[in-house]
Amino acid sequence: MKYIDHHAHMVSRTTDDYQHMSLSGCVAVTEPAFWAGWDRSHADGFEDYFRQLTDFEPKRAALYHIQHYAWMAMNPKEADDRVLSREVLGRIPKFLDRPTVLGIGEIGLNRVTRNEIETYTEQIELAIAHKQMILIHTPHLEDKLKGTRISVDVLRGFPTLEPSRVLVDHAEEHTLGMILEHGYWAGLTLYPQTKVSPQRAADIVERFGPDRICIAGACDWGPSDSLAVPRFIMEMRRRKHAEALIHRLVFENPVEFLSQSARFRIRPDHERQEVGSR
Amino acid sequence: MSVTPSPNPLSPKELVDEYFIENRTKLLEIAAFLDRVDRADASYAGRDFRLKAFAEALAGLGRKASRVDYIQQLLSDPREVPLDALDRKSALGAYDRWSGEARR
Repeated sequence: MKYIDHHAHMVSRTTDDYQHMSLSGCVAVTEPAFWAGWDRSHADGFEDYFRQLTDFEPKRAALYHIQHYAWMAMNPKEADDRVLSREVLGRIPKFLDRPTVLGIGEIGLNRVTRNEIETYTEQIELAIAHKQMILIHTPHLEDKLKGTRISVDVLRGFPTLEPSRVLVDHAEEHTLGMILEHGYWAGLTLYPQTKVSPQRAADIVERFGPDRICIAGACDWGPSDSLAVPRFIMEMRRRKHAEALIHRLVFENPVEFLSQSARFRIRPDHERQEVGSR
Repeated sequence: MSVTPSPNPLSPKELVDEYFIENRTKLLEIAAFLDRVDRADASYAGRDFRLKAFAEALAGLGRKASRVDYIQQLLSDPREVPLDALDRKSALGAYDRWSGEARR
């Protein structure tokens, strides 16, 4: 089954992962800017990373017939550093015109500090000023409930922001309702330990239905599975869910959300192969 | 919020047939983990906030429904105000409801 992984940190991955994902049906990934696992010392490091996301990674993905899109942001893990954040935010606008950039992301909160909230708020303002879609990270583990509440509250303080152009990611059982309730899209990111498993993601779909829900594998540098979305597909089939429902979750829903950017278009198979063979 | 659920097509027996063994395995992993900690220090579980929350979560499995929601809430930071300053980079998996900070 064809699928789109809307949250895949492919810079962390080898070309083997691209090959395996392509073999298992992946036709497109979108890659949010994130924390590298260590703090960068200067805004120049971010600028090089943004070039990697917008120049190098789309070419690498194309070799395996996968379309690659990206989101630009100061990530939540480094967003508490207000000085660095302001410098990075100043460098983002010049990347927003790149042909594979879909919007601002992943922005949001980590430990839910006042500084993180200020940086998050400024990035929402940046997205609005540049008419960009938004992809939001919600915090890990015990911080998720509080962080998601505050993230949604801040979003609601921007009445001109269209909720349908915002995806709040890393939702779990206790946060999905508040995300969908206010009209945002929600992402279920599949992780072996720290977020939801394919089994729990299927449970969540059974409880909440498929509306405005997308499924991703994260392809993180930490414990994660580049084939998590195919494993979700297998889990749904294991339960005898209809193929149409599964296809909606892993392909039609991400297409519906991402196509709000004029830059996002799933090319026919033969066009993806032509790009990959160059 | 109105939602249209997508009910699981399997019967209760089919669900148990399909999932019992893998969840039996997970149950034994938890038991083995707690025994491992006790072998290291039988009094430690009563002092570590993560294991205290874990014990409460295990008791929550005896509920009739909404077990996941209950445990998610139990392990979450219930406060609504942000931190004034960054204390550490990563979450720990459970909120320390027994610390002085939590009681303030």
